[in-house]
Amino acid sequence: MRQSGRTRIAVDAARAGTESLERRGIDVKGELFRAVLLLCISIGIVMLATLLAYVIVAGWPRLDLSLFTEMPSTRDPNTSGFLPAIVGTLYVMIGVLVTTVPIGVSAAIYLEEYADSSKWYNRLIEVNIQNLAAVPSIVFGILGLAFIVRGPWGLGFVAFAGSLTLMMMVLPTVIIASREAIRGVPSTLRHASLGLGATRWQTVSRQVLPVSLPGILTGTILAMSRAIGETAPLLLVGATTFVRFLPEGLFDGAYSVITVQIFQWAMRPQEEFRTLAAAGSIVLVALLLLMNSVAIWLRNKYSRAY
Amino acid sequence: MTDQATRAAGPAPSPQRAARDVPDVPKEPVFTTQDLNIHYGSFHAVTDVSMEFGKNEITALIGPSGCGKSTVLRCLNRMNDLIPAARVSGEVRYHGIELYGPKIDPIEVRRRIGMVFQKANPFPKSIYDNIAYGPRVTGMKVDNMDDLVEQTLRRAALWDEVKDKLKQNAYGLSGGQQQRLCIARAIATNPDVVLMDEPCSALDPIATLRIEELMAELRELYTIIIVTHNMQQAARVSDRTAFFTVKVNETTGDRTGGLVEYDRTTKIFENPSDQRTEGYISGRFG
Ligand SMILES: Nc1ncnc2c1ncn2[C@@H]1O[C@H](COP(=O)(O)OP(=O)(O)O)[C@@H](O)[C@H]1O
Ligand SMILES: [Mg+2]
Repeated sequence: MRQSGRTRIAVDAARAGTESLERRGIDVKGELFRAVLLLCISIGIVMLATLLAYVIVAGWPRLDLSLFTEMPSTRDPNTSGFLPAIVGTLYVMIGVLVTTVPIGVSAAIYLEEYADSSKWYNRLIEVNIQNLAAVPSIVFGILGLAFIVRGPWGLGFVAFAGSLTLMMMVLPTVIIASREAIRGVPSTLRHASLGLGATRWQTVSRQVLPVSLPGILTGTILAMSRAIGETAPLLLVGATTFVRFLPEGLFDGAYSVITVQIFQWAMRPQEEFRTLAAAGSIVLVALLLLMNSVAIWLRNKYSRAY
Repeated sequence: MTDQATRAAGPAPSPQRAARDVPDVPKEPVFTTQDLNIHYGSFHAVTDVSMEFGKNEITALIGPSGCGKSTVLRCLNRMNDLIPAARVSGEVRYHGIELYGPKIDPIEVRRRIGMVFQKANPFPKSIYDNIAYGPRVTGMKVDNMDDLVEQTLRRAALWDEVKDKLKQNAYGLSGGQQQRLCIARAIATNPDVVLMDEPCSALDPIATLRIEELMAELRELYTIIIVTHNMQQAARVSDRTAFFTVKVNETTGDRTGGLVEYDRTTKIFENPSDQRTEGYISGRFG
């Protein structure tokens, strides 16, 4: 049999190449590459650790309960606290949450489940969301000042103006994360539902959304944690005010937020105010780490393969 | 398990229920297709299919992979609408009504014509909720959902296996049980027709057998159309068999799926009139 003879030769030839199973010396390039990668990671970690250590050491003396319960004071740094800023942050973040989630998730559902991506306007929307994610935050601040604080909306310097400004900034994050989560829902599930005579909306609301919820939640928390640490755009839409009272509401009165308050303390020459700023930073960093941990935990808990 | 294995393991396929009296042509057609053509974009997937599917019969669609069996099946309950590139032309009549007529709502169509897919696809919910989903979304009037779930599971011969774990997630069931749950889910809304696209191709022989038994029972209540790769299965369960193949245009070289022969299953397997059918069922091709 000619054919099998030829096959035999081919198989032998292939085997000859794998005859030696021993290692052939050290893979220099590979090892070098690994070392460089390790170095890069180390730089990142060392910088973060240094920063954390510095802030903790600097702020430790003032890390007590009065930080959370006292009004800020420019005269007495030792009894000065962050109360209005904490409440202000809470207000602003609630505003961000209630606007970002419905808008972001709806946009993601539209783009994934309804939009015909061959239509030019849908592609335009997609490209613009990507672009929006790359816009520097200060630009949103300017936009907020021109259109939300003043201009057509004219809300004034209130907490909700800060919310809307931050919403514009984090919306792309929520949309992109939600789309990712929705796309992860296997199409067999949609077909099962539609095949039973469910409408498209029933399929989305009863099958797709529950399955993608953990992903959407993770994206939302990450977006919120980005918003909470933001300073620049808020400086433009009113959070600069030095307030010694609690904000009256989402739509009334001056407000401040933790980041801006930290910024104000850090600008002062006295050492005690710097300590106060560092203590505030600890609170903020702890909050961020907590939010990110919850996001990671959620993702791990619900990531399952279909 | 592959078709090869099935084919090699068993005896040559032979119709099991020759006793069942199948008329020459369906007495009461549920579907009638006339010059049905289906395109995906510019690709002509299926050409000129004209056939009738009989009420309370099991019709098997067989043929080599890629000949358009699933495409034809999906077109019967308008699941092809979900594929943006798919285009259907020709006539598909369901009890005499043009299925692709301008006033037809595909959702209403799917409520009457259920579907079971190749890979079992239960919802990531409890067994109970899987069954109750169809009745709930279609707004079916149900006096007692518990009773409906029980009846449905009994009809699908699954009740005894799952009655103690109705509230557990359906993903905990075995592959065969999941597929039978999907069949149960499809019949919970009491459809007229159940379409099945290779429902056993991912199952072991015992699970396959159970589904075949189930189909034989369900035939009394529903019209069943099944796509299968497994010729023995077609021979065992179906009343009528349609053999599809890929036809190659000699001048252009274009490939397209088409119907070769459609007849009573006994006829197809014992005395096919087309050379290609005979070649396929005797395992010489495909
Ligand atoms: N969604 C789709 N888009 C484009 N072509 C498709 C699609 N589904 C199936 N086809 C093509 O149509 C032909 C028939 O496919 P299918 O109906 O799945 O065959 P079968 O079920 O007989 O194996 C194949 O050539 C396949 O590549
Ligand atoms: Mg198929």
